[in-house]
Amino acid sequence: MKQIYLILQREFMTRVRKKSFIILTLLTPFFFAAMMVLPSYLATMEDTDVKSIAIIDNTGNFADAVPQTEYLKFSYITDTPVDKLKNSLEESGYYALLAIDSTSEKITPRLTIYSTKQPSIDVISHIENSLEKEIETRKLKSYNIENLDKILDDVKTEVNLRSIKVTKDGEEKESSTLITMGIAYILSFLMYMMVLLMGNQIMQGVIEEKNNRVIEVIISSIKPINLMLGKIFGLASVSLLQIFIWVVLTFGLATVGLSFITEKGQKANIEQVKTAQDMMGQQGIDTATIPTDIEPSEGESFITALKNQNFVLIIGGFIFYFLVGFLLYAALYAAVGSAVENITDTQQLVLPITLPLILALFVMISGIKSPDSPLVFWFSMIPFTSPVVMLTRLPFGVPGWQLALSASLLVITFIIVTIFAAKIYRVGILMYGKKYTWAEMWKWMRYKN
Amino acid sequence: MNLLEAHGIEKRYSGHLALDDVSIMVPKGTIYGLLGPNGAGKTTLIRIINQITGPDKGEVLFNGRKLEANDIYKIGYLPEERGLYKKMKVGEQALFLSQLKGLSRNDAMKRLKYWFEKFEIQSWWDKKIEELSKGMAQKVQFMVTVIHEPELLIFDEPFSGFDPINTQLVKDEILELKKKGTTIIFSTHNMSTVEDLCDHITLINKSKNILSGQIDNVRMNYGSNIFEVGYRGNYDAIASNLGGMFEIINNNIENAVPKLQVKVSNPAESNKLLQSILPHTEVVSFNPVVPSMHDIFIKVVSEYNKTHGLSNN
Repeated sequence: MKQIYLILQREFMTRVRKKSFIILTLLTPFFFAAMMVLPSYLATMEDTDVKSIAIIDNTGNFADAVPQTEYLKFSYITDTPVDKLKNSLEESGYYALLAIDSTSEKITPRLTIYSTKQPSIDVISHIENSLEKEIETRKLKSYNIENLDKILDDVKTEVNLRSIKVTKDGEEKESSTLITMGIAYILSFLMYMMVLLMGNQIMQGVIEEKNNRVIEVIISSIKPINLMLGKIFGLASVSLLQIFIWVVLTFGLATVGLSFITEKGQKANIEQVKTAQDMMGQQGIDTATIPTDIEPSEGESFITALKNQNFVLIIGGFIFYFLVGFLLYAALYAAVGSAVENITDTQQLVLPITLPLILALFVMISGIKSPDSPLVFWFSMIPFTSPVVMLTRLPFGVPGWQLALSASLLVITFIIVTIFAAKIYRVGILMYGKKYTWAEMWKWMRYKN
Repeated sequence: MNLLEAHGIEKRYSGHLALDDVSIMVPKGTIYGLLGPNGAGKTTLIRIINQITGPDKGEVLFNGRKLEANDIYKIGYLPEERGLYKKMKVGEQALFLSQLKGLSRNDAMKRLKYWFEKFEIQSWWDKKIEELSKGMAQKVQFMVTVIHEPELLIFDEPFSGFDPINTQLVKDEILELKKKGTTIIFSTHNMSTVEDLCDHITLINKSKNILSGQIDNVRMNYGSNIFEVGYRGNYDAIASNLGGMFEIINNNIENAVPKLQVKVSNPAESNKLLQSILPHTEVVSFNPVVPSMHDIFIKVVSEYNKTHGLSNN
């Protein structure tokens, strides 16, 4: 035990002090945080170029149907034909030209936009939305319904679906599918990534010891299996530390970044509301009728949902599945490392190890949409895929017996695989001069002592 | 009393017999030479003693009882294929390896301090192994092999990589350890060090123990019935008178004294040889030619291979 600890300690200290480790550990959170913050940041940034767009309305029915916005100016042109203007857009200083032509159908026109550059999605959707609304209103009007405006105001509805998870004890918890999916995705992807990343490092470590010829010095004082256990436990602790730092730093950075953005965003929102109210006031609509108590707001339910995740179970489950799953794969990687002298020779040997991992990743992607499907269920039981797939299911809630079954299967497999991996490792570390195959390793497994 | 005994050790690797019924007895407090050509099975035997691998048949006794897992703390092993973690600092690495051998951190520190001073390498403590020369690294390696003061030390080619000064330093250190009562198994291809250091030898060839014994007995037994006669006088006079009875195999001048090498048919004829020479010349020296370990090695191995129809590779 003391020896395993000594090996673990050495592995841990030498790896943690490496520059590459420090850089990777400290820089990755910036990347993750940026991925979280950037979309919101981009959303707050509007296109502030003022674009003027010419409209030639050949039907004569759509005057002022497309309202101006702060950045989109529309001018109706009557004195120039479409064919002439569309060829001189740049000279006349227009961003685009919208042509409205009548069709055989009475109300719906044919719309064409001409521009030198691909028009932005904002421009297109603004035009489409406003004209759609206008045409809808006109069609409605053509039915000659009484009090149409009032009816229209009346039927205006906004739906906000609150999702509440009910536990057996009747406890109700506000949940969010989006958040649950996000957590599931992060957990299982971390598992997958760390195994691949660290698997390589384990092989490299084993090969280094072989090539250094330090291996025989060490195994004259410690049993190979203990050396291997010390190594894989050492790597597992390095990974857990790295993940811990990543999570803490990422959330720290993301919180700072997001609060910075929302501060800016809120100001903008307030202004928008003001102008909207002003506009409505001008149009003589009673602003008081707009309901302000749609509760709870989306932002609030986001946070409640986040708070309501069973973090004890998720974190506990993650640590368990990560640790045992990591050790299971690490033992296999160590065995492969022992059979070669060069990291480039590992490719073929590693394939059978990475295959179940990649399979698990595919199941994980489908599992995130339907975490209770039979496919996902079985892959969360099979030991080689369960570390990834069970982590996908965990945030959605997993029945206790399934968790217990999957966990025990994983532990049993870990023990069996480690024993066999250690047998390969024990022989492999003393073999030089050749690249070995799985068939030869199979023979080593059956050697006595 | 024997510190270590190996009885009828057999070890087979897929289809290849690495050790075939090999037995050795290593008396306590002696230096035991383990000799043999490359690939004979020496390293396998050493690995079995170190419990790196187990024998298929036979048993190893340590201090008279079966070898146990904990005995690794009483054995120090300097493998032929040796090295250290290149990126690790000397001090840290020495501490790590000492602790692996069962020393507590404090004990390891104390002893390392003593050895670093003894070898005058205190300034290396914070250097990385890759910054040291090969010889320097070997010194560190030697140190961590003996740091836990084991009862049995196994050295496999301990002098490779050392310059003559450091070779002498390590040789003295080995003799010092022997004086303290440590038993040493010593595997090397350098036969002159075997003559210098070893009390007993075993010669392993093609997986078998083909020669064992006290080194002096072995050398005497392989005496080739040749006597060297230093003389003052005329060579031709001796030659013409010995011609019929004895075979003169060599005549040269060594240290200003002409010397004859004469072969007799058995060692008991030495008096007869002397009597036949005395009338013809003045004899200044007379002694048996004891074969060197080098000659014995080559002779025994090639004879064994010849009689068993094996190649010398």
